[in-house]
Amino acid sequence: MSELLLDVTGLSKYYGNRIGCADVNFDLWPGEVMGIVGESGSGKSTLLNCLAGQVEADFGEVFFSTRSEGMKDTFQMSEPERRMLSRTDWAFVHQNARDGLRMNVSAGGNVGERLMAVGSRHYGKIRNKAVDWLERVEIHNSRIDDRPTAFSGGMQQRLQIARNLVTGPRLVFMDEPTGGLDVSVQARLLDLIKSLVREMNLSAIIVTHDLAVVRLLADRLMVMKDGYVVESGLTDQVLDDPQHSYTQLLVSSVLQA
Amino acid sequence: MSDYNFAYLDEQTKRMIRRAILKGLAIPGYQVPFASREMPMPYGWGTGGVQVSAATLTPEDTLKVIDQGADDTTNAISIRKFFEKTAKIATTEKTSSASVIQTRHRIPEEQLTEDQILVYQVPIPEPLRFLEPSEIETRKMHALEEYGLMHVKLYEDISRHGAIATSYAYPVKVEDRYVMDPSPIPKFDNPKMEMAAIQLFGAGREQRIYALPPHTKVVSLDFDDFPFEPSKADYSCDLCGSENSYLDEVIVDDEGGRIFVCSDTDFCSSRQAINSELTYE
Repeated sequence: MSELLLDVTGLSKYYGNRIGCADVNFDLWPGEVMGIVGESGSGKSTLLNCLAGQVEADFGEVFFSTRSEGMKDTFQMSEPERRMLSRTDWAFVHQNARDGLRMNVSAGGNVGERLMAVGSRHYGKIRNKAVDWLERVEIHNSRIDDRPTAFSGGMQQRLQIARNLVTGPRLVFMDEPTGGLDVSVQARLLDLIKSLVREMNLSAIIVTHDLAVVRLLADRLMVMKDGYVVESGLTDQVLDDPQHSYTQLLVSSVLQA
Repeated sequence: MSDYNFAYLDEQTKRMIRRAILKGLAIPGYQVPFASREMPMPYGWGTGGVQVSAATLTPEDTLKVIDQGADDTTNAISIRKFFEKTAKIATTEKTSSASVIQTRHRIPEEQLTEDQILVYQVPIPEPLRFLEPSEIETRKMHALEEYGLMHVKLYEDISRHGAIATSYAYPVKVEDRYVMDPSPIPKFDNPKMEMAAIQLFGAGREQRIYALPPHTKVVSLDFDDFPFEPSKADYSCDLCGSENSYLDEVIVDDEGGRIFVCSDTDFCSSRQAINSELTYE
């Protein structure tokens, strides 16, 4: 039996009097994918940013199973420790690839950055690893020295994923990873994420408003409204038999193609 | 009596700059912010170096100013004259007889001693600037020793040019701690930075001072499979015959004729003097 990877209790974030997200509790196991859905302004991104340590939460605890010291509260960690975590065991895939990439650095350099950040100092090895990862995200290795500005939106998103996964993280935060891409590119990207998650036994937390994305990727699902989690459970269970009125509305709002 | 306070700046300002210098010496390679003053010369002409020199000079000092190794270029002459006028101190072109040397883009060929101070003019003190535009972020990176990004720059060099093409302002790591921009000196000069003299760096527009105490460990960054190489033109000086000094390429006529000469004019002329003595004997 593997150990719990992430344990969240009573997480709350307020913007003045307004609620960002309130009293969120869940846990995550290695290899598990958690989906978070909800309408715009429901607190999905706030929650994700709090979990990833990019925004400071007001209340609550987030315990992460570190490699060396076991379960540790990430909010109590020192900043160097948390930043170290965010470039080794964690990864963050932004909705807009431009936020997650260095646009003036070649694709190879983008992939290699995390390796160099954790102390890799051998050009040949960094280069080989970059070639390997570009291949894994279906970017031809003749493009390794091109800058991301010369890439299409889908390629940029795949490059961002390669750049994040190259250090073998255990937990990936994804904020609308397929947003802004056309449907066929979306499908390929989802396919890719799914196979990478399987292969690397990754855990992931995926924020999206697209129910098809969670249906395909997520094992479990949380539905958020006005900062609160209104329903959670196995993905198929929540989507096929929604209990909360808001979830019912959400599920019935999807256009059947 | 001069109309100027000694070395142009008022005593309070010099005191403020000396504090920054001392702090810089205490934390080698760390960029100390200071309240840079307007100087009677444009930014880019060495306003940072001039302020550091002004705060360092005493009436007994002998000043030498070099620009790209030469004592006789506009920048060097005007700064030398500036201090002759405002501080009434002795000046020299001889490296060995100077106690304070203000330099732009070179370290003298002659080995400096512990009685000397070398003051650099720095245009951009932040080595991470072109990769990370945010000052808040770069300060955090220095504080937390997150220097992976510096190697991304070197990686880009190799992937584009097949070798580390950065040939000046080559980043160094100081005492295994801070990554520092050595100012735009050629990377040929980088190994000389582990020297007996005190080295002070002043960036006027960017309002930063940093420093290296004598015999500080200074390591140029590189990759295991692409080690650092101090490079120079593969010739010897056409005037003095030196084979191990840094050379400038000079075009001498309209037919494409060119010669290579030492960029350090004092070094070259003293060697020429010795050579001619030998011929006459």
